[in-house]
Amino acid sequence: MSGAVHQEPLVRIAKRDSMPRGKAWGVRGLSLLLALAAGGLLVLVLGHNPLAVYGDLVKGALFTKVALRETVKITIPLLGTALAIAPAFKMKFWNIGAEGQIMAGAIASTYFALFWADRLPGAALLMVMALAAIAAGALWGLLPAVFKAKWGTNETLFTLMLNYIILGVEKYFQNGPWKAPTSSFPKIAMFAPAAQLPKVFGVHIGWIIVLAATVLMFLYLRYSKQGYEIYVVGESEATARYAGMNVPKIIMRTMLLSGGLAGLMGFLTVSGADGTLTENTAGGVGFTAITVAWLAKLNPFAMVAIAFGLAILQKGSNTIQTNFKIPASASEVLTGILLFFMLGCEFFINYRLIFRGKGENRG
Amino acid sequence: MDKVLNFLVAAVLAGTPLLFGTAGEVLTEKSGNLNLGVEGMMFMGGVAGLAGAYYYEQAVGTPIGWVAILIAVACAFLCGVLGALIYGFLTITLRANQNVTGLALTIFGTGFGNFFGEVMHNSVGSYVAVCDVTKNAFSAGIPVLSGLPVVGKLLFSYNVLVYLAIAVALGLAWFLGRTRKGLNLIAVGESPATADAAGINVTVYKYLSTCIGGGIAGLGGMYIVMVTCSGVWVHNCISGYGWLAVALVIFATWSPLRSIFCALVFGGLSVLRYYLPLGIPMQIYDILPYVVTVIVLVAISMRNKRESQPPASLGSAYFREER
Repeated sequence: MSGAVHQEPLVRIAKRDSMPRGKAWGVRGLSLLLALAAGGLLVLVLGHNPLAVYGDLVKGALFTKVALRETVKITIPLLGTALAIAPAFKMKFWNIGAEGQIMAGAIASTYFALFWADRLPGAALLMVMALAAIAAGALWGLLPAVFKAKWGTNETLFTLMLNYIILGVEKYFQNGPWKAPTSSFPKIAMFAPAAQLPKVFGVHIGWIIVLAATVLMFLYLRYSKQGYEIYVVGESEATARYAGMNVPKIIMRTMLLSGGLAGLMGFLTVSGADGTLTENTAGGVGFTAITVAWLAKLNPFAMVAIAFGLAILQKGSNTIQTNFKIPASASEVLTGILLFFMLGCEFFINYRLIFRGKGENRG
Repeated sequence: MDKVLNFLVAAVLAGTPLLFGTAGEVLTEKSGNLNLGVEGMMFMGGVAGLAGAYYYEQAVGTPIGWVAILIAVACAFLCGVLGALIYGFLTITLRANQNVTGLALTIFGTGFGNFFGEVMHNSVGSYVAVCDVTKNAFSAGIPVLSGLPVVGKLLFSYNVLVYLAIAVALGLAWFLGRTRKGLNLIAVGESPATADAAGINVTVYKYLSTCIGGGIAGLGGMYIVMVTCSGVWVHNCISGYGWLAVALVIFATWSPLRSIFCALVFGGLSVLRYYLPLGIPMQIYDILPYVVTVIVLVAISMRNKRESQPPASLGSAYFREER
């Protein structure tokens, strides 16, 4: 049979065995630069000098003591929440409800800060607030896990809807029973000093807590039996079941942990950073933390650097808003662009392109 | 009676952006792509639609209503397509994780909408608002017919976008159920390897359905900005409607026809508090649609019927080389 001669396609794709580590990081570094360049292009279109804007962004986030403290303050919940998300994502349980779990924790802490401040001695009050936050966040995270484990209910949407529900609850408290009586504007009163976290080096002690959590989470995921179980369930539920693991139990346990840690971040925010509860207490941290966790490839130590990087972006975007009248939402746009590039570059690490005529035999 | 009628009309008006979002996402998911970026694409479509209508007004001085609508529709659709194209390139060509890429698109799109909303605000120096001619064009019902008693209000009093949304849903139902291309698309979503073997170009189908689906979702965002917010950019105006649309796809069990019904029900839920005061606080009333979403999600997963399953390949990239 003589038919048309089949020409080799222009580009073929083949899986790489493995790329050397250094080269892989080179690819990632390059795509980071490309993402910044793409963001710079946007700035250029708006009629500003990208280098000046990026310069001011970094300066505004790092170059004064006050700014640096603010940046660290932003980093704390971002890092903590990314750590919280990590075990869930490793299990391929798409917990996008960290936002709500933070809020649940914040509300629980606020209850004790408002109504128990005069009844408990200082340290005990903070301890109770922290425990209440962990419990509330854990329960708010457990709820979708129970339904996922028993009936396979879609956890992405479930956790997401819980965000809006708890936000409504917060708004109700803020406008109704918890509204500061002296204020005409619906807001909750500032916490008593005893209900606020002490500071070390000018930033509330949350930074010590999240750094400790980073180490613990690394050890937990890497070296504990439970961490291994999470890994197996994430890779293949069937394998986990075959190996005799109790998959529903692992799912629920992991979400208790994930929600509890996110809830603790709610406590750090109301008691440390803000001194009160507002509807912006979670303020998108739950979503940005997903970015942090994913960019770090779920490695807790990498999360420290990435959370700090995104915090610089967020803090610096306020500076460029004042200096250049570039809206602060620029930080979200840039975060999105960064994510796109980092997601895309993994392809070039895992696959290689074979162009026509580069004579390689088909396997 | 009047109250019931008013409620139904309000439910239709509030449900329309959900219908756009849901219909677009149904089309997307039929190809096996789970695009969680609907919220982002709605933001993108919303700001693009407003920008299109506003700058058209500025350019001509005396705008014509229907031209403004056409321009807003085109801009919103194209911007939605742009968002979906980013998602498509990353997930289809570069095989990135669909969940995370969708979330990234939501973050990006939310920022994109708010960013350009504020850029416009800064460049104008005050609120960016379309003039009355355009605003009225976006809310006008069908002339003559809308004057009929009861029926006129119930069926003919809506703005043109409502009818467009229903037409899109009906068109999709026809496309998916009655045309060869539609069946091909379903095949791609159910089993891309089989479709590929049958000579269907999987990549083209995935790209087209994702992009067109994104464009349709963009129209939903435009509706929220131009109709619900009367042509003014409000910071964070989409506020979860995109996510509700993603959830509605599951209730509608991937059927465009059932999406119409689901969007109507959820439109009704979101305006219920104005028509049925139960004495519960407003903030609690506002979370009703989300609570119902959770309940329905759970109920559907418990029933777990064969015909209410998602396309079999939903969420996973297709690797021809790894068949």
